[in-house]
Amino acid sequence: MKFGVVRFPGSCDEVDALMACRRFADADLLWHGDRDLSGVDAVVVPGGFSYGDYLRVGAIARFSPLMESVIEFARDGGPVLGICNGFQVLCEAGLLPGALLPNDSLRFVCRQVDVVVENPGTPFTRACEEDDVLSIPVKHTTGRYYAPPGTLPEGQVVLRYAPGQNPNGSMGDVAGVCNEDGNVMGLMPHPEHAVDPLTGSADGGRLFESLAMVPA
Amino acid sequence: MTLASAPHRELGLTDPEYDGICERLGREPNALELAVFSLMWSEHCAYKHSKKLLRMLPTEGPHILMGPGENAGVVDVGDGLAAAFKVESHNHPSAVEPFQGAATGVGGILRDIFAVGARPIAMLDSLRFGELDSPRSRYLFDWAVKGIGHYGNSIGVPTVGGEVYFEPAYGQSCLVNAMCVGLAPRERLIRSAAAGVGNQLVLLGARTGRDGIGGASVLASAELSDEDESKRPTVQIGDPFEESKLVECCLELLEGDLLASLQDLGAAGLSSSSSEMASKGEVGLDIDVSCVPLREADMEPFEIMVSESQERMLCVVEPARLEDVLALCERWDVRATVIGEVTDTQHLRVFDGDEPVGDIPVDALVDDVPLYDLEPEEPAEPLYPDPPARLDPGASPAETLLTLLASPNIASKRFVFEQYDSIVGSRTVRRPAAADAAVLVLAPDGGSGALAVSIDGNGRRVACDPYTGAVEAVLECTRNLACVGAEPLGLTNCLNFGNPEKPHIAWQLTRAVEGIRDACLALGVPVVSGNVSLYNEGGGGPIYPTPIVGMVGKLPEPRAVPRTAFAEEGHAIALLGMFEPALNGSELEKLRGRLAGSLPPLDLAAHADALVRVRAAVRGGDLPTAHDISEGGLACALAECCIAGGCGAVVSLSDTGTPHTLDAQLFGEGPGGVIVAGPRHAIETLDAAVVIGEVGGDALEIDGVLSVPVSELRTAYEDAIPAALAG
Repeated sequence: MKFGVVRFPGSCDEVDALMACRRFADADLLWHGDRDLSGVDAVVVPGGFSYGDYLRVGAIARFSPLMESVIEFARDGGPVLGICNGFQVLCEAGLLPGALLPNDSLRFVCRQVDVVVENPGTPFTRACEEDDVLSIPVKHTTGRYYAPPGTLPEGQVVLRYAPGQNPNGSMGDVAGVCNEDGNVMGLMPHPEHAVDPLTGSADGGRLFESLAMVPA
Repeated sequence: MTLASAPHRELGLTDPEYDGICERLGREPNALELAVFSLMWSEHCAYKHSKKLLRMLPTEGPHILMGPGENAGVVDVGDGLAAAFKVESHNHPSAVEPFQGAATGVGGILRDIFAVGARPIAMLDSLRFGELDSPRSRYLFDWAVKGIGHYGNSIGVPTVGGEVYFEPAYGQSCLVNAMCVGLAPRERLIRSAAAGVGNQLVLLGARTGRDGIGGASVLASAELSDEDESKRPTVQIGDPFEESKLVECCLELLEGDLLASLQDLGAAGLSSSSSEMASKGEVGLDIDVSCVPLREADMEPFEIMVSESQERMLCVVEPARLEDVLALCERWDVRATVIGEVTDTQHLRVFDGDEPVGDIPVDALVDDVPLYDLEPEEPAEPLYPDPPARLDPGASPAETLLTLLASPNIASKRFVFEQYDSIVGSRTVRRPAAADAAVLVLAPDGGSGALAVSIDGNGRRVACDPYTGAVEAVLECTRNLACVGAEPLGLTNCLNFGNPEKPHIAWQLTRAVEGIRDACLALGVPVVSGNVSLYNEGGGGPIYPTPIVGMVGKLPEPRAVPRTAFAEEGHAIALLGMFEPALNGSELEKLRGRLAGSLPPLDLAAHADALVRVRAAVRGGDLPTAHDISEGGLACALAECCIAGGCGAVVSLSDTGTPHTLDAQLFGEGPGGVIVAGPRHAIETLDAAVVIGEVGGDALEIDGVLSVPVSELRTAYEDAIPAALAG
């Protein structure tokens, strides 16, 4: 089992994600300018910023050569996890429903929050039980999830913020969603920053653990 | 600004200084040379009013790898690793345009760190504004915080700590000091001295534009006036995305051993970076400004030389490695252009194509700069008016406590630190407000050992007593480190003062530097880097003298580092250290409308010993709670432990063993006391600990003097700053 972690110019959390993946399986960085996914079994599109995000978050990254290969990989059923900016990129690429809007505070927010597992049946949450509560930090300015009515079936909500902990005004407290086939997931919380109790929590590791359980 | 209408005086040079330039050149300078001199001889670049004073600071120590003079100070942290750190001010730009001013302050200090080859791993900020009932102060505070977040969050370096104070004296001149800490393998460290005649000078990063022209001389070396608006174009504009690429690119260039030297472009742009590199290497440099990539095509050569456009670095490359350097830069989409070469002339020669447009001996720009003696004079009368009273004279101890907790200087800074990414990099073991210092592991993917970082300085106490106030800043920073078990490896400082040409300001500056010196000597902590920001005076007079002290310390084991929070019902609470509370200079006195005189003298050796005991106690383990007693005294410190832990405490003052008045015992301040809490057996066996109470219940109860539910404490503490900002 091998993870590939995408690196865009301006990515911030790619090394954190790489270290998180390596706790559970092999992992390597994938360069945005390459087209070759190097035979990885799962792709992580990490947080931070991509190409400066001056136009609109994630709007440029989806056109990078590597992302074209990632989109193809996802369409063929390969597991793809988008974290924060990666979630935004996957929405821009049309792999996930909905969009991320500026937080209702209009400010960046960095905070440890509890999220509740709604759907333990995805390749990203199979190490969890339904209603498990995971303590994972958020840090973003543009994390208010929105999907037009009728475009997000209940089953595609994978994670919700625990009651009273929605940090950004997301519709229905949605913290993470998957596509219809369940092989692409995006979430605003940063599971790669919750893989060791020493730095706050190990709960986010469950997502990487779940992916590592997928037969290679 | 055109040079034709700007003789030397308009550029901030005195007549004797102009004569000195002519003498060193043996002729009158041309317009470009004059512009370069005006910046290099500015206070900001030349430290001409502070350099002699700074020589008294101790700069030697067993851990030091690079001291003052390099882009940043560097200390050995063991295991083949080195920590680089420095604090720098961006006060004047932030007072004119807080968002970009603060953002580029962050960008600038980051470049200082990776210029020595270290990867930035932590940022801290020290901020000062006027009282929040002023709309201007709210605007500056809100936008400076946004600016810091904008840059820091975009670049993948966590902002792990800092401090904010609000005082009337900062109403016109806010302070934005940013500190950065970086880590490098020892062998990757690089100096800025240019070397190797014939080597190529390569400019990396952003195009050069007209932003920030004259920033150092115009903004940072003179008092601001009502004409600040017209100075807005002299504030630089930051692009964190460009910087992010620049960091990765430079670190990869160094990893490949492709550079001979590296220097960031900060104040005075190409002029200062090139002349400092040449000076340190005792060589000359030829620069062809026609090669410099421009944002605006019609820039004059002098504009190119002094532009303070951000996100640029200058490096020296051996010709044989040039191709590899350019290829790596292209991969990172970082612009790289050969703009000159190293010569043996010891002159900075500037060309526009084939045409020579300037020729200055490097010495005259860097080493042979006029330095001034200060003329300190102790003021006979207080320099600052008393602040407005904000506390009812008849307030009970409980009301006083709640008012103090809601005072923005003491109240929760959650509003600030939640706007910063404090966790990227996977090193942050103690986030903002979790403990007295931020704690970062050295190796995020395993291994032991951690760094602790803190930044401190209470200008109001320095205003009361510049010497003792400065000593206290060093003690406070050391104590914050001790509360997480860390031993300081080195100190960086930023001296924020008013106009040093005024004798009373010169006295503040002199006494404060003496205080830092004596404290450093007593504690055995060397000064590794620093920065001076003078002329912080607006229409309302000088700022409080504000020396800011930042430290990096090391601790062996991060797993059991204490927190601010009380951890468990039944834990014993004790006092450690030297608890000698007094009201002079305290937050309580401020709320009562008094800025009282001198601070009690300190026994530095005894304080140093007490800090060693605190550190030993923390390292002994089994101490889940440790929090120093600072602003608002013992009662506020206990309240903070209760709020963080979500539990109450019952405390008896009769056990503190101090002969002070009730006010002083509850709310008095002084630089020595620490609250610790833990299992009773662990606390009772601590050397010199005085048990004063026990964790438990839903209220903070002190001796029948006050009893306040923790929920009320929390509301006062947490809501104050958001409410004040709402106007």
